[in-house]
Formats: sequence, C-alpha cells, structure tokens
Amino acid sequence: MANVSVDALPLRKVPDLGQSEVWALVRRLIRRRTALFGLVVVVAVAFAALLAPVLVPFDPLAQDIGQRLKPPGWISPEGRAHWLGTDQLGRDILGRILFGTRIALVVGLAAVAIAGTLGLIIGLVSGYFGGWVDDLFMRLADIQLAFPFILLALAVIGVLGPSLRNIIVVVGISGWVVYARIVRGEVLSLREREFVQAARAVGSPAARVIARHVVPNAFTPWLVIATLDMARVIIVESALSFLGLGVPPPTPTWGGMLADGRVYMSTAWWLATFPGLAILVTVLGINLLGDGLRDTLDPRLKL
Amino acid sequence: MSVYVGRRLLQSLVVLLGISVVVFVILHLTGDPTPLMLPLDASAEEISRFRRAMGFDDPLPVQYGRFLRGVLQGDFGNSLRHDEPALRLVFERIPATLELTAVALGIALLLAIPAGIVSAVFRNTALDYVSTVVALIGQAMPTFWLGIMLILVFAVGLHVLPSSGRGGLANLVLPALTLGLFTTARTMRLTRSALLEVLGQDYVRTARAKGVAEHRVVWKHALRNAAIPVITIVGLELGTLLGGAVITETIFAWPGVGRLSVQAIYNRDYPLVQASVFVLASTFVLVNLAVDLVYTYLDPRIRLG
Repeated sequence: MANVSVDALPLRKVPDLGQSEVWALVRRLIRRRTALFGLVVVVAVAFAALLAPVLVPFDPLAQDIGQRLKPPGWISPEGRAHWLGTDQLGRDILGRILFGTRIALVVGLAAVAIAGTLGLIIGLVSGYFGGWVDDLFMRLADIQLAFPFILLALAVIGVLGPSLRNIIVVVGISGWVVYARIVRGEVLSLREREFVQAARAVGSPAARVIARHVVPNAFTPWLVIATLDMARVIIVESALSFLGLGVPPPTPTWGGMLADGRVYMSTAWWLATFPGLAILVTVLGINLLGDGLRDTLDPRLKL
Repeated sequence: MSVYVGRRLLQSLVVLLGISVVVFVILHLTGDPTPLMLPLDASAEEISRFRRAMGFDDPLPVQYGRFLRGVLQGDFGNSLRHDEPALRLVFERIPATLELTAVALGIALLLAIPAGIVSAVFRNTALDYVSTVVALIGQAMPTFWLGIMLILVFAVGLHVLPSSGRGGLANLVLPALTLGLFTTARTMRLTRSALLEVLGQDYVRTARAKGVAEHRVVWKHALRNAAIPVITIVGLELGTLLGGAVITETIFAWPGVGRLSVQAIYNRDYPLVQASVFVLASTFVLVNLAVDLVYTYLDPRIRLG
C-alpha cells in the first residue's frame, strides 16, 4: 500500500469540461432564453469580427468627402447603400462598426487573458499558502481597488502613449483583483476538503496538489468571472478611445466613433447613436451569457 | 472591538501609503519624466535644467521620500499649467464632484431600492420583468453614450435642459442621471436578489405560517435583513461613481475633480494629475473606512465575529 498514487483514488470526480460536457452546457444555456440571447449576440459579434472584410464591401478607412454626414439609408450616386449613414469624412458607419468589433474583441480577449492568468496565480498562491503572502496580496488588492479604474488607466496611458499594446497591458494588469478574490475564496474552502487533505497527507508537493486538485475545481467560477469581465473590458476600451487615449485613429473603434459623433451631435445624430448601440448590445449579450453560465455552473457564486 | 478598529485603521494607512507609491510610480514609468512635462520643442539645455530643478537626477528612493514628505505636508508641487499649488486646484473642484456624486447616489438609491423590492415581492410578474430588463440594459449601457443620448434628446432635441456647466438644479439633472444609472441598475438587482434570498428563509416561512400579514413579513422580517448586503455595496459603489464622474464630468463640462484630472492628463500637467488621482483614491479609502466602522457598530455579528 506504500505507493498508492493519490490521484488514482476515486475521492472526488473532478468536473472537467470535456467535449460532451461542453455540449451539455451549451444545451442548458439554450434552454434559458436570456442566456440564449447572450450566446447568439456573442457568436454574431465574433462572426462580425472574423468576417468584417467579407461583410463590408468597401474599405472602412476610405474617405469620400462628397458623401459626408449622409443620413442612414442613404444611397450614393454610385449606388452604394449606407444603411447607417456616413460620418464627417464620408466613411460608411456600418462598415466601421463591423470593423470596430475587431478592436473590441482583441482588447477584450487579450486583457481578460492577462488579468485572468494573473488573478488565478495570485488567488491560488494567496489562498493556498495564506499567512503574510495572503496579507500582502490582499492589501495590494485594496490599493488597486481604491483607484477609479478609468482614471488610473488614463494616467498610465497618458505617460506611456496610446497604442493597442499599451491598452491591453494596462487594462489587463490592473484587472486581476476580481479573479484573485474569487479564486482565493474557492481555494480556502477547497483546502479543507478531504480529497485535498488526503493528497497533502500522502505527501504530494504543493504544486501538484494545486494543479491536480485545486485548479480544476476553481475553474468554473473563474470562467464566469472571465466572461463578465470581458464586458467590463470592452466598456473600458471604448471609454479610453472616447477620451482620445485608446487605439489611435484611423483604426475604427466604437469609442473613437462616439467621440467623433459627439462633435456633430446637433446636426448628425446617427454618428454617435449607432456605435453606442453596438457597445450596448455586445455588453448586454456578454453579461447575459455570463449570468447564464453562473446560473448553470455555479448558482451559489456571489458577484 | 477596539482591536478590530485598530487593525482596520492600520490597514487603511497601509493602503494610503500604497496609493502614494502608485501615484509616484505612474510618473516614472518611462524612466525619465522630464520629456513628459516639457513642451515637445524644448531644447536639450532646458530639459537638463528642468531635470535638475525637479530633482529627477536623484536615485528613485530619494525622490519618493521627497514626494512622500510633500504629500504629508499637502504639497504636490505647483500645477505646470496654472502655476498654483496642485492640491489647492483639486480642493477647489471637490465640492462640484461631491455634489454630483451625492445626487447621483441619491437618485440611484431612491429608484433602485423600491424597484428591487417591488421586483422581489411581485416576482415573475410583468412588473418584475420590466424592471429587470431595464436594469440589465442599464448595466450594459456605457456612461459616455448615455450622456450623449440624453443631451441629444433633452438639450438638442427638446431644448428643456442645459447640456453643460454647473449652476442651478436644471444643470444637475442630466449629469446626475447619467452618472447614477449604472449604480441604479446594480443596486436594483442586488436588492431584488437579497430580498428573494431572505424571503426563502425559515424564519420568513415561520412568520407566514403563524399568520403574519404579508406586508408585515416583508417590512418587518425580510427587509431589515436584506438591507445588510445593500448597505455594504453603497461604500463600494462610491468607487464606481468616482470613476464614472471622470467621464460624466468630461461630457457635461462639469467643473469637478474628474474633468480637472482628464484635462491635466491632456495637458501633461503631472503634478496636477498626481494630486487629483491621489485625492480621489484617498476619498474612496476614507469613505469605505467610515462605512466599515459605522457598519461594525450597527451589526454585532461583524463586531464579534
């Protein structure tokens, strides 16, 4: 009996998201109407981002001063239909919104990946080892949370200069706290469970206990947070672009389009209206999907 | 109790110290802050003179020590643009920001708590669905877009409310609504779920079983307990509101700390950026400390737990 591998003991089935589980999850999400709506929106936005060059028959940067500030539904003399009108440089608004999904999703996915990884590691270390390490990270979390997020991001990007990379890094690094807190809480309760105690008792090294027993169980709440955090990141990115410290023009961003639209607010309402609707629908979809994931995977999770 | 209060005070001090480090580091992210603070066409001689004058040649710990000593004396240096002490400029704008945030929070609570209660009590009725959908949309709506849409409708379209500036009550309506919307939506959903949770508890079932009238069950038994998570979040919402104020003030040209700090960032006026970021972050810490202490006093479970 001396060499029984703890991992072979059927102490608890770890819920891994294999292929069949993913489909079961999708089926359960579809059964909830709000989550289905969220799923449809998210899939549609992802398709728009991937297929933007196919969906939009003209260059989103192409200016046509003769066709500037035309209202929605305008057909240009060459027969081009501008369903959502044109902006102050005669660029097609629908096309720019579709291309704008790319920046929103790239920043969203990359920043969430950074924040999520950082938060996962900190949460695991903090919760598993406790003591002064835990104290240190939790005080760092308090410090991070004390700053109005958007102001901190603005100040840092003001110093570093606005670029896609800087925005992703700044938004990503400063977003770790939610993940760390939730993962830490999960670890604290998992640490006392029999299967983790058993693994430790037979001498599994900490890294192995964390990787095999703790991480798979902390994954579900992490996934829910990551989904909801994506919505926050998209809003932050568009706010930065709106304030002129986002991805620099002429790259189409929803926030940048809104900032342009604000200037022409009194004469051309469509400039500011449609990019904002795009943000609203995307964020609403992601939030509903996140709520649905939480309700199906982990109903007790408090956010 | 006094041990808890002492520990909480110490924690807040540590956090304030951490805030000062972050505010200091922001300026030094690129290594040398001198080029950031001077016009782009400054000569090499001007740059090196300015660098010496500001003490940017000293080792970083020395510079931080000097910065911290300044902060403790309320001295963040002079604003580069206005040539006045940065902290004084920030303090001049605080009343405007407090007014806007307080009114926004007030509106949010006045709307959200009754709506949340109605939603929970009349669960799964049309009323509940309507307020939940409104709250979901409210949570997804970016502040800056809402502000623009409100200006578009009420100032540009209907000409009934002013679109910018601070003055009478009419000036306050649109910015306060804009700023308060997200908090309204979140507080409404929280109130609803907190109340629903309490309404499912055994003591509520007992109260109903012994024939207590439904309105008394809600008012006397459920609401008091549901209030606890709602009160907790008010302190944290302040962070959301102060962050939102940065954007709302910019859109409505509201003369508060948020707009001041954004302009300072545009103008590369870093003493002013440091002072305003420090003041906003410290406000959040101090208000949350106050909320916690009041809360400890009110809820014995925390005091003794």
